[in-house]
Order: sequence, then structure tokens, then C-alpha cells
Amino acid sequence: MEAIWLAVGVAAAVAALAGVILAVASVALAVPKDEKVEALREALPGANCGACGFSGCDGYAEAMAHDGAAVGLCSPGGEACVAATSEILGVTGNVVKKTAFVRCGGCDALAPKAFEYIGVPSCAAAVKFYGGDKACSYGCLGYGDCVKVCTFEALSIENGIAKVDASRCVGCGMCATACPKSLLAVADAKTAAVVACNNRDKGAVARKACKTACIGCMKCQKVCEHDAIKVENFLASVDPDKCTGCGKCVEACPQGCVRIVG
Amino acid sequence: MNNLFLIVLGAMLVNNFVLSQFLGICPFLGVSKKLGSAVGMSLAVTFVMLMATAVTWPIQTFVLDPNDLGYLQTIVFILVIASLVQLVEIVLKRFVPPLHKSLGIYLPLITTNCAVLGVTILNIDEGYDFVSSMANSLGAGLGFLIAMVMFAGVRERLETADIPEGLRGIPSTLIAAALVSLSFFGFQGLFGL
Repeated sequence: MEAIWLAVGVAAAVAALAGVILAVASVALAVPKDEKVEALREALPGANCGACGFSGCDGYAEAMAHDGAAVGLCSPGGEACVAATSEILGVTGNVVKKTAFVRCGGCDALAPKAFEYIGVPSCAAAVKFYGGDKACSYGCLGYGDCVKVCTFEALSIENGIAKVDASRCVGCGMCATACPKSLLAVADAKTAAVVACNNRDKGAVARKACKTACIGCMKCQKVCEHDAIKVENFLASVDPDKCTGCGKCVEACPQGCVRIVG
Repeated sequence: MNNLFLIVLGAMLVNNFVLSQFLGICPFLGVSKKLGSAVGMSLAVTFVMLMATAVTWPIQTFVLDPNDLGYLQTIVFILVIASLVQLVEIVLKRFVPPLHKSLGIYLPLITTNCAVLGVTILNIDEGYDFVSSMANSLGAGLGFLIAMVMFAGVRERLETADIPEGLRGIPSTLIAAALVSLSFFGFQGLFGL
């Protein structure tokens, strides 16, 4: 009988001691919860997409409360989210809508394949195999790694290349990280010219690989009145801050790779 | 010193907790998808193993054994380890927030990790003194780290492999785990342990 009491006593004593230590520790070492962070976290959408540039909604709430991060970095949350977070922090701010676009126009009809790829249907896997099956080594492979990561169903593969649905895209940039060819660029959503090509080969080489490749002919640069378009490494690029979206470059481009979006 | 070295190496390779003794399989399969989280989890396990041994060995030697209560070992150890992990979490959160952030999500998982309970009980069964027990725990933790890192590498390759539909996911992972385990069989008999 005595042995039972001793066993029960020892077990109970250990349990009680552990309980008391934990109770004391949880009170004595408690970290005060920041109500501001909690409120901000509630106001954010909770998609954890990372569009704001922080590790997720928790990280962004923390950064807004303590490190003075700007409100309005959350493009998925939109106006409602900006209003709510500004109210909590007592500041004013507005959101800049961002959107992604694909820097490749080489659909199946215009850009031939170099060989037939039979393997795992994923861009990341295809790239490991001689840089992918497209003749143009810069172009979109169309196996849809970007489609798979998009939380907002804004991407699709059409005619063998990725296409962004601007009405659904929130500009989080998940696709830009997923694309092994870095073809998706995220920019402020405004009416401006974009270059739907990433081919930095010389004109003749680029033209052979794709019928709509940028050949670096400089025609767009010469025609631009706002000094917004520059050709470097046989590839045109648009400075969105200077571009007014007048569309002169689109008319001038012999390859049809400059387009107006927004 | 030589003896301690043998204990560490033995626990790491010959009696690897995951691959030879099949303890701690749950985190081995659960957290080995990415190399980063595998390393984080393993370091947390190593840390908790050392802490748990430092607490349970004295309890066994000075409380349970003198009172002839060896049979209470399992329940008392579980109790002590669970509260210890909680305590460690509270202390880390208060004093070392960065470490808490990186280990934080793994600590509650470790509460019920059988590898931690396993190493504390094995230390007693082997009749190790305090220093040897700590060495054994360190070896066990490092062995866990090796197994996790190796398997994380295997799994990252499995992600892009073209596997027949019926074997995708858990089945192929278990087969891969068995093959890795088989390779550790080669360490049996090393140093005559």
C-alpha cells in the first residue's frame, strides 16, 4: 500500500512542480502582446502572398506597427485594406495597383521549338534540359509554373505562352519568382508601352528563333518623343515613369513586340 | 575522452535514431520537405534532447532509483519533457526572440517526439553517467540532423521526378526512406559497437 502512495506522491509532486514552474514562468516572462499589431493583422487580407515585400501578413503588420513601413503596400487588399490600416495607424495613404505582364510574345505559331521535350511538364524541369525546348533560349516555355503558383487564377497558358488576366492580377509577384526564365515583370498598372520580349541576341539570331522577337533595330527609340524607350543589348526596354502611352513605338516596331497595356 | 567520442559517433552513425532505431519518424517524414526547415527542426531537437537529458538523468538517479520507483520512468519523463519544452519556449520568446522565431514552430512538435523520450530512456538503460548521457544525446541529435539533411536532399529530387501515379507522395517517400535507412545499415559493426 505504502509503495502505491509513494508512487502516486512522486508523480503528483513532479507534475505539481512542473505546473507551478510553468505557471510562474508564463506570468513572469510574458511578452506583452501588441494590440496595434493584432488590429493591423486583422485588417489585412491574410492571403500571405508576399506582395508587400514582407514575409506575410504577420510580417507586414509587425513592420507597419514598429518599423514605419508604409500603408498601401498590400495590393490584394485594395482600397478597403488601406482605409482600415490607415485608420489604425492614424495616417493617410493610397494604394498603387500593380500588375504582372509576360515579357514574351512567342506563341506556338511565331516561335518554333528546337526539339521535342518529353518529361515532367514543368518549366523548372524543362529548363534543366538544354534550357528548354524553345528555339529562343529566352522565351516562355509554356509549362505553366506561373499558373500553378498564382493564388488568384490570373494566369493561363494560351497558344503555348503565359497570359495575364489584368482584371484578376493583384501584382503579388509570386509568378515572377516562379518563372525560371524571369519573364514575368510586376509594374504599376497604368497605360504604358511594354516590350513583350526578353531576347538579348543580335537581330539576325533573334529573328531566326522567333518571328516576333525584339531585334534591337532602334526604331522605337528614335520615334519616342519622351525619351522613354531605350535599346540595350539588342533589346528595347520602357521606362514606365516617362512613358505616356502614346503608342508611336507600337506603330514603328517592325516585329510587333511592343504593345500598349492598361 | 576517447570513450565519449565513441559514444557520440556511435549514436550518430551506428545507432542512428531515425534510420537504425526508427525513432522520431514523424518529424523525419513531416518536416523534411525543405532543407531549411529540416535543419531548423533538427537543431531544435538536438537542443531539446540535451536539455531533457540534463533534467531527466538527475531525476532518475536521485529521485526514482533511491525510492525503487524505476517503473514510473516513462510517465515522469514524458511529464518533465513536455513541461521543459513549454518552459524553453517561454524563455526563448522572452529573451531570444530571433531564435524563438526560427525554432518556435518546431518546439511544440518536439513535445511529443519519441526520439527525445527515447534518448533519455536509453541513457538510463545503457547505464551511462551524466557526461556520457549528454554525449549520447548530442550524438543522437546530430544523427537526427544528418538523417534529416540527407533525406531533405532526396525529397527535393523526388519533387521533380516523374513517378507513377499510384506511388506519388507518401508511398514514394516511404520507399526512399527505406533505401536511405538501408544505406545506414552499412555502419553496423563500425568500431565494434
